Order: sequence, then C-alpha cells, then structure tokens
Amino acid sequence: MPAYIARRFMLMLLTLFGMSVLIFVLLRLMPGNVADILFDASGFVDPTERARIEAELGLDQPIVAQYLHWMGSLLQGDLGFSYVSERPAAEEILPRIPVTAKLAGLALLFSVVIGIPLGVISAVRQNTALDYGLRLFSLSGLSLPSFWLGLLILMGFVHWFGFIPIYSENPATWGDAVLMYALPAAAVGFRSSALIMRMTRSSMLEIMRQDFIRTARAKGATEGAVNYRHALRNAVLPVVTIIGIEAAFLIGGLIVTETVFNIPGVARFLVEAILWRDYPIVQNLVMFIAVVVVVVNFLVDMLYAVLDPRIRYSD
Amino acid sequence: MATMRTLVQPVDAATELRRAGANVTGRGGAILHAARRHPLGLLGFLIVGAFVLVAIFAPWIATHDPLSTNASASLAKPGGTFLLGADFMGRDLWSRLVYGARISLMVGLSSMLIGCTIGALVGLVSGYLGGWVDLAVQRVNDVLQALPLLVLALVMAASLGPSLVNTIIAISIPVIPNVARVIRSSTLSIREMPFVEAARAEGMGEMEIALRHVLPNTLAPVIVLATAQLGSAILTEASLSFLGLGIPEPYPSWGRMLSESAAEYVRTAPWLVIFPGLAISLVIFGTNLMGDALRDILDPRERS
Repeated sequence: MPAYIARRFMLMLLTLFGMSVLIFVLLRLMPGNVADILFDASGFVDPTERARIEAELGLDQPIVAQYLHWMGSLLQGDLGFSYVSERPAAEEILPRIPVTAKLAGLALLFSVVIGIPLGVISAVRQNTALDYGLRLFSLSGLSLPSFWLGLLILMGFVHWFGFIPIYSENPATWGDAVLMYALPAAAVGFRSSALIMRMTRSSMLEIMRQDFIRTARAKGATEGAVNYRHALRNAVLPVVTIIGIEAAFLIGGLIVTETVFNIPGVARFLVEAILWRDYPIVQNLVMFIAVVVVVVNFLVDMLYAVLDPRIRYSD
Repeated sequence: MATMRTLVQPVDAATELRRAGANVTGRGGAILHAARRHPLGLLGFLIVGAFVLVAIFAPWIATHDPLSTNASASLAKPGGTFLLGADFMGRDLWSRLVYGARISLMVGLSSMLIGCTIGALVGLVSGYLGGWVDLAVQRVNDVLQALPLLVLALVMAASLGPSLVNTIIAISIPVIPNVARVIRSSTLSIREMPFVEAARAEGMGEMEIALRHVLPNTLAPVIVLATAQLGSAILTEASLSFLGLGIPEPYPSWGRMLSESAAEYVRTAPWLVIFPGLAISLVIFGTNLMGDALRDILDPRERS
C-alpha cells in the first residue's frame, strides 16, 4: 500500500508538470497578447510603446526562460501580477475561490440528496412506469445545458415574482443568501444529480442480482431491509467514484452558470482572463483547476480502499 | 408473496424465443428487432434523424435568410411572418435555428469523428505495442484528462483563435484521451486471444494483425463511446459559443444566440431564450437516448 501511494503520488506530480507545460505552450500560441488588446481598445499601435510593454511583462524573452521564471515563482508562492488590473494575481484569484467553492459544495449536496434516493427507487421498481419516468428525468438532466437551465430559472422568477435574484457580497437577509446560492447551485447540480442517479440505479441493479441478496430474501428479510441494508450499502461504492470525479468536473458547469447568474466566482473569472489574454491569471487558474481535479481523483482512489476492505492496492 | 413474482414468471416458449430474436433474419430484420426492443432508442434515432433532415434541407425549411437584418422587425414577437419571433437585429429566429442545426451537427459530428478516429488509433497502437510507447501515451492522456472537458476546450479554442475549424479542433482534442483509454484496454485483452496468435502463426505482419484483427473487434465500444461523445461535443460547442469563444459571426450558432444579452431577454424577449435552448437540449436528448440503446445492444457487459 505505501509503495502504491508513493507511485501514485509521483504520477500525480508528473501529470501536473505535463499540464504546466501544456498550458504554458497553449497560451503562447494564442493569437495576440495583452499588448494587442490594450492597443485594440485605443485604436492605434505605437511599435516602441508596444515593445516597452512587452519587455516590461517579460514577453520578449525566450519561451523556455519565461516558463522557468513562471515555475520558479509559482513554487515560491508568487503568482505574478495581473496584466489587466496590475494587482498581484493571488489577490485577484484567492478571494473568488470561496464563492465558487460554496456553489460547488451546494450543487454537490443537491445532486447527492436527489440522485441517490431516486436512483435506488428507480432500481427497486425496475421496468415500472415510475422507473421509466425517473430514467427520462435523469436523461433530460444530462441533456439540458446548465446555462439554459439557469436562464429558465431566471425567467421563471421574472414571471412569477417579478424580479431576478442578484448576487451581492453582503446579502441583506438570510433568505437572500440562500436564494443567491441555491438557484445557480440547482442549475449546475441538476446534471450531476442525473449522473449520480443513473450510476446508483445501475449499481443497485448489479448488486440486486447477486446471491447474497437472494439469501437475504430466502431468510425472510423484509423488502426494505434487503434493499437498503444489504443492497444499497454495497451499491454505493462506485457512486462514490462518480461523486468524486463530478466534484472536480462541476467547474466546467460553473463557468457557464456563474456567467448566467453574474456571480464573481473563480470560474467566470477564467473566461474573463482568457478574453483579456491575462496570462498570469489564466495559467495559474488553470493550474489550480488541474491540481483540484488530480488531487480529488487521488483521494477518491484512496477512499475506495478505505470503504471496501477487499481492495488493497499493491504494487 | 411479493418476491415470488420475480422468481417465477410464466412465459410460454414461443414468446420467449421471439423476444430473444430467434425469428430474426437478415440485417433489416435485426434492425427492426432492435427497434422493437428499444423504443426509447428508436425515439432518439428519430429525433436525431429529424435534426439531420432539417440541417440538410435548411434552405427549403427556413422561411427567411438567417443573416438578413431588418431594423423594423427588431425583437418582433412570435407569430405572423416570424414564426418564432425575431432577434434584436430583426433576424428571423426560426430560420436561424434551422441553419443553426447545420452548425451544431457539423461541429458535433466532425469533432466526434476526428476525436474518435485519432483516439482509436492512439489507443490501438498504445495497447498493441505496449512498452515505452504505451507508457508515454498514458502519461499524455493523464495530462489531457486532468482538466474538465469545457476548461480544456476553452483554453484550446482561445489559443487557436475563433473560427469554425478551430472550434472543431478544440472540441475534438478532449475526446481523444477518453476514446484512447477505452480502446487501449480492449486491445490489451484482444491481443492475447487465440485468433491473434493464429494470425501470427500464419505469418501475418504485426501492422496487418492490428488493423485487420484487433481493430474491428474493438469497434463495438467505439460506437457506443462515439454516440456519447456526439452529445457532449454538441453541448461543448454550445457552451463555448455561449461564452463567446466558439463559432464566430456570421454563422448562426444556437449557443451564441443564447449569449447575446440573454439575461436581458429573459425579461423582454423570452422566445429568444426558450427556443435555441430547446433545440440544443432536444438534439442532445436524442443522442443520449440513442447512445443508451446502442450500449445495450453492442456492449453485453453493461446490459441491465
């Protein structure tokens, strides 16, 4: 086990190194840099001024030197300065993380609370009208783009209540705060709940075919005890993997949802920074997302071994 | 006894045989049989088929030029000459949606095909050759899979610059590692099969074995995966265009229709929000239904 963890950890570092190179090269491929964008706004290009800006930002140096400089400062915790606001990138990124983290946590909670029970019901009532209905429900969850769902929610609010819930840093009442986070979380969590529901259903069906379930039935255990005490407990394991992976992938949905609801989170900030060619923000943010994804996957693997005593990783 | 119901199911032999497809003959019969056993899959196929027809015959189905603007018709309500209303620039929404089907399906299909072809070849080579090639391919896959699909596509699209072709490339790249991983693992098991050994004993070259014996046997999971990727490619295009980093003007993209101050139209012109989203959702819904049925038919391990 320790050997496995160590090997897995090294692979994780290797992946992150590869990611840093990929991101760095991709950003330098981008047509135009921040100097172009700044000049675009003013409408004329002064070559000497342009060269001065590029030299100031280090954009005139060889790409390898730029990469080493970035990595060197990143490892010392220095994220550089935003080209646009000229404030330290860390000061721009860090305050936005809690907003997105709250949204992601709430969305995940929402999807587990809805997805697991519905998945169980769907499996227990396999091939009934209820099952078909729930399966259609989950398929539609996988089909609705979360930005459209968000817009529909806003539309419903306008129609029924005559206003749109607007994000504010210090919501006036507790109710405002709940509304402010719950709506976007529901918009983005619907897809995850559908995914978790499908996974729970197929995992339950798999388990319910096994011998020990028949044994439990033969002993005279009640339907409820068989379904919940015997089946669900064993079926939940693959669902944990999906929840873990989905937690990281929620970031994709949050990018569009934060845009729809106008929430100043870190996911929407990524799009803004990309549009502005603000390299220090983009490369550090993308690295941050990659770290979150890779670490979550690592933790899920480890959790798997803890939850299922039969799984023992060996080298 | 509620449990007895699941243990004893009186079904006569003829029905049982028919259900299993004993009377099915020929390819046409097999398709009919599959359609009868998977009504939802059939529905999905019909939905996607309808969108394909709309895309092909767009010039005949559209009532207006999707690009011609008309200031006097700005934000016209649905009804009259504008079936589904008009946008801010007075362009007919119905015609834009019809032509948008071309963009959506073309981007979805081509990124799926490019991604799946490259992914299948990479997976085949990596699984068949093994050794350091396999190791290197796997590490590159790790990197590509360490970002959520949309984030990777977003960075790709931004670094390539906005154009139709670049959007297709940006969406197809995240598909590659997903497909490569599945094909690699099925190649690993097929490689050890007796028929591969037999081919080798006959003196067949490695390249020919890989392409003629191993690859065709990995096609079932590829088809299942490709259908799933089609839906997610369409969704990714819509999301990229929604964020302003996808298909540029003047192409009518469903995703971009929603981005053009959609939050404001929620109040003033709801039809501009409802219909494009409906089109995106419906086509993805269709591919999802189709994908589920294909998985049941082609991948017996996943059957439930």
